[in-house]
Amino acid sequence: MKAFQTATLALLAGAAFWSAASTALRAADMEGEVDIVAWPGYIERGESDKNYDWVTQFEKDTGCKVNVKTAATSDEMVTLMNQGGFDLVTASGDASLRLVAGKKVQPIDVSKIPNWSTVDKRLQDAPWHTVDGKHYGTPYQWGPNVLAYNSKVFPEAPKSWSVVFEEQNLPDGKSNKGRVQAYYGPIYIADAALYLMKKKPELGIKNPYELNKDQYAAALDLVTKQRALVGRYWGDANVQVDDFKNEGVVASSSWPFQVNLLEADKDVMAKTPIASTIPEEGATGWADTTMMHAEAKHPNCAYAWLNHSLEPKVQGDVAAWFGSVPAVPAACKGNELLTDSGCDTNGMGNFDKIWFWRTPIGKCEADGACVPYSQWAKDYLAVQGK
Amino acid sequence: MLNTLSNLFYRRPAILTLLLLGPPLAWIGIVYIGSLLALLLQSFYHLDDFSGTVIHEFTLATYAQLLDPANLTTILRTVAMAATVTVFSAIIAYPIAYFAARYARGRTKALFYLAVMMPLWSSYLVKVYAWKLILAKEGIISWVANTLHLGWLLDLLLSTPVIGGSSLSFSYMGTFLVFLYIWLPYMILPIQAALERVPKEYVEAAADLGASQQRTFRDIILPLSFPGVVAGSIFTFSLTLGDYIVPQIVGNSRPMIGQTVYTLQGTAGDIPLAAAFTVVPMVIMAFYLLGARKLGAFDAL
Repeated sequence: MKAFQTATLALLAGAAFWSAASTALRAADMEGEVDIVAWPGYIERGESDKNYDWVTQFEKDTGCKVNVKTAATSDEMVTLMNQGGFDLVTASGDASLRLVAGKKVQPIDVSKIPNWSTVDKRLQDAPWHTVDGKHYGTPYQWGPNVLAYNSKVFPEAPKSWSVVFEEQNLPDGKSNKGRVQAYYGPIYIADAALYLMKKKPELGIKNPYELNKDQYAAALDLVTKQRALVGRYWGDANVQVDDFKNEGVVASSSWPFQVNLLEADKDVMAKTPIASTIPEEGATGWADTTMMHAEAKHPNCAYAWLNHSLEPKVQGDVAAWFGSVPAVPAACKGNELLTDSGCDTNGMGNFDKIWFWRTPIGKCEADGACVPYSQWAKDYLAVQGK
Repeated sequence: MLNTLSNLFYRRPAILTLLLLGPPLAWIGIVYIGSLLALLLQSFYHLDDFSGTVIHEFTLATYAQLLDPANLTTILRTVAMAATVTVFSAIIAYPIAYFAARYARGRTKALFYLAVMMPLWSSYLVKVYAWKLILAKEGIISWVANTLHLGWLLDLLLSTPVIGGSSLSFSYMGTFLVFLYIWLPYMILPIQAALERVPKEYVEAAADLGASQQRTFRDIILPLSFPGVVAGSIFTFSLTLGDYIVPQIVGNSRPMIGQTVYTLQGTAGDIPLAAAFTVVPMVIMAFYLLGARKLGAFDAL
């Protein structure tokens, strides 16, 4: 143990940069490791592509070995955090409040995070991690669910989500039947609700994640009708890329990730050019927060990671790798991997148009009882079976 | 000490047997049967729709939910797909196995084995993704059809109600073809084994007694090799019944049992209903295996 500490200190002595950046954290207090639950691709140590590595240097500087457990769904993340044994989690908005309500995460002391002040002001007090004025984590990355479309079929960007929700002839004169896609997750019902907010104001939908019985019925009816238009629902991003290339899909809700992949492929752009837009109704989106477990065993290393995760270089690299928008605006300038136009490509300017993912729960402020998520999930499965 | 032990084992061989068999039996008992029982137990709880939490009280309400039209359709859809895949794999596999067992010799036989086994060496996912590209609207099948000016035929096929769709990879036909390809080796091999066990003498005797080739096949070879078909069908049927990856990648998004379980436990957090759903294929397979045993399939494995 003594030898280990000496080695750690020796490493730290060389890392002048680090000690300058975070005087609040003293090297000797580091526990030697930190356990993180993360989305695949969120924490890279250069194993997939050696240019994308924001872990190795952190380990060298702090002596905290980073252990990552990837989770594929928000529910898996909640389960893992409930079981315990982890320090941090990169929770999306449909998991973060559940974790707070379940008392599985602790409020963090932002004064211990020098980089906090650089975080996008619009995210600092976001309701999916701020409860009663306390911050339950640091924003990591966010992104919109854009409308991707084939620009040969649509010479002008579609102005409304109606191209995927209602049967109609597209600008090329052919029907949209079988040529549009929808997301396979039940949270997609919120996209329908968002569309109805504008389309049918008489329903009085104020928040697409808080739907009372009637509003929910209308949204469900819309996605049920949409079933006839959708050849297949997309769940896997890479499969959707292939669907745009080879299956004649011309419009669908999508992530900037897929759009970036398609736009990077010259052959694809010659044959089926793809672009993306945020229609006038706005869009849904996701915003992820790095949260700390209520019983974190390595709090100092965890704080060190929270601060490190907000470094502009890290933020920019993650954004480039994942196709997301950094939570730190400074990351948008001068990052080689992201390039200066990267933030705009990934949706930086659309923040105000986005309704970020949240778990629909039975108790809600508006109009009495709302339809809970488990019902969404069951009904949406039935819709896909029709 | 060692001596005492070895004496003990010599005098009481049962103890040695118990020690040797203990760990694997415990493994089967705890890990395998235990998890099945835990699953069964879960299916008798139910999810409270209002709070979204699991209520740990005995109820049959979860099983009643299986009878909802949407859930029942999912079960029927899966069983229909599994049955279709099984019947067609038997029809395709039988002639192949017949040739391999009765005509192929030496190098041809080795080549045959290689051809049947080789697809099993590559990753399941790679094969499924490859099929997605083959079946795609811009894929090789429609390219060949269009080059031969047979595009209309493909369109006609795809306009068939129920099994059609906007392209082969967006339809039941696509899902069916991929299943057929993936599970075919599991049908060929048991049939071939069964055919090889048909005694030559019987065939010769039938010929001596003046039976035509058709008659010999119908009355001797087919009945004697049928247990092999049933054995193969256990694989094709049960594997299709439980698969959740193929229909997710190729098909029209209409869920099968496997996908439903995946969504219910992963996304919806409705473990009881997911558990009840997994009991369905287990019950179906239990009956299937009982029937298969009657038909002598287990002697053909």
